[in-house]
Amino acid sequence: MIDLTTPLGDEVLDLRAGDRVTLTGTIYTARDEAHMRMMEEGIPFDPEGAVVYHCGPVVQEGRLVVAGPTTSARMNALTGFLIDAGVSAIIGKGGMGREVVEDLRGRAVYLAFTGGCAALAAARMTLRGVYFEDLGMAEAVWIIEADHLPLTVGIDAHGGDIFSAVHEKAKTQFYQRFNIHQDNVP
Amino acid sequence: MMANPADSTLSGSLADATEMALTEASIRLPSDVLAVLTRAAAAERDEIARSELATILENIALAEERQVPICQDTGVPVVYITLPPDIPLTPELFDGVREGVRRATAAVPLRPNVVDPITRRNTGDNTGVGMPAVHVTPGERLAVTVLPKGAGSENASRIGMLLPSQAGDIPKFVAETMLIAGGRPCPPVILGVGIGGTFDAVAALAKEALLLPVDTMDDYEQAICDAVNALGIGPMGLGGDTTALAVKVKRADCHTASLPVAVNVQCWACRRATVEVRR
Repeated sequence: MIDLTTPLGDEVLDLRAGDRVTLTGTIYTARDEAHMRMMEEGIPFDPEGAVVYHCGPVVQEGRLVVAGPTTSARMNALTGFLIDAGVSAIIGKGGMGREVVEDLRGRAVYLAFTGGCAALAAARMTLRGVYFEDLGMAEAVWIIEADHLPLTVGIDAHGGDIFSAVHEKAKTQFYQRFNIHQDNVP
Repeated sequence: MMANPADSTLSGSLADATEMALTEASIRLPSDVLAVLTRAAAAERDEIARSELATILENIALAEERQVPICQDTGVPVVYITLPPDIPLTPELFDGVREGVRRATAAVPLRPNVVDPITRRNTGDNTGVGMPAVHVTPGERLAVTVLPKGAGSENASRIGMLLPSQAGDIPKFVAETMLIAGGRPCPPVILGVGIGGTFDAVAALAKEALLLPVDTMDDYEQAICDAVNALGIGPMGLGGDTTALAVKVKRADCHTASLPVAVNVQCWACRRATVEVRR
């Protein structure tokens, strides 16, 4: 287990897909609407070495109630500008597309957090503030202090991608079992 | 569970029962779902998958301990009501369910997820046009069953109008649904499969299949489940033995020229609860 602390630096370049890590420090939530707002108006936090979390938490009276990850693939086309600005890690679930694997190369990593584990996430997080609150609870950018969040390196900075490796194996299994040509497999 | 209505009107007691069912479903998983998750965690051989499943089980325990929702996507409310013969189907019945959804949203709290489909304006209380989705069937007792449905898994669901000659391809259609979905619907999943009926009915069957107990499968369901697990997608798409915890099938007869098939994908957090209204 490797312990990471924000802001992140070149240590992320040493990580390999499949490594188990914990993350401690400041993270910023962002979903579809927040990405679009940041592309228009700029990133409201210092992006250098920052960590973006694909998450729309439940917040009540200034407290995080639950805060698990959302499906990252929705942000495939909205991620390049964050990496260009210096963001060093993205936390989410389900993996991201080939364009993001290339965006991350030599610069940043994608960390997988177990989908649905929102109570566990909140138990290791403290709410510090918010940007773009007008976007609503799920879509605002929440500033969160994380304490040893347990994560798996899903995509590393060298093109290593567990999700696509698993998908390739699944494809092979699928066409063998159902006796069909690989060209017809999605 | 039983609700003892503080408000004795029909809509008042339905509001109480709906709020109670949504609270229970959001915080605590049904015992059959917990049983198959625990069994899968013990049998899993892949190291990353084992740690993902351990995290899931720890999260379930923490949600109960802290009395908070299991997942931040508390879903949209899907509600099934059984109505005894002596109770008329009236608008008050639906008003009661809506009120229960509003109360649970504020009290649990649930994330306000319901928006206008085009403007994306959030209604703020998980009710709206056609929301909650309420399905009424005749029954012996007045009871409210809720199935809060998250978007990650709902978005991976699929419907196919197969040809009558393609009955043998149904397992392939279901496995293909998970091949396309990968880790996005938060596997390990439970797959509700509807077979037959019409274009609209088959989707309803697939969703109703998610209400069935998941700790038993017949041979047909088991064979489809094995085909899905052979893909090796694993928990969260990170690889492993556990892609589907269960496959449940519901059927209806259909047109001689049709074979509708629907797969409603459900994440591991298969949340449901039933509250009977004491009268």
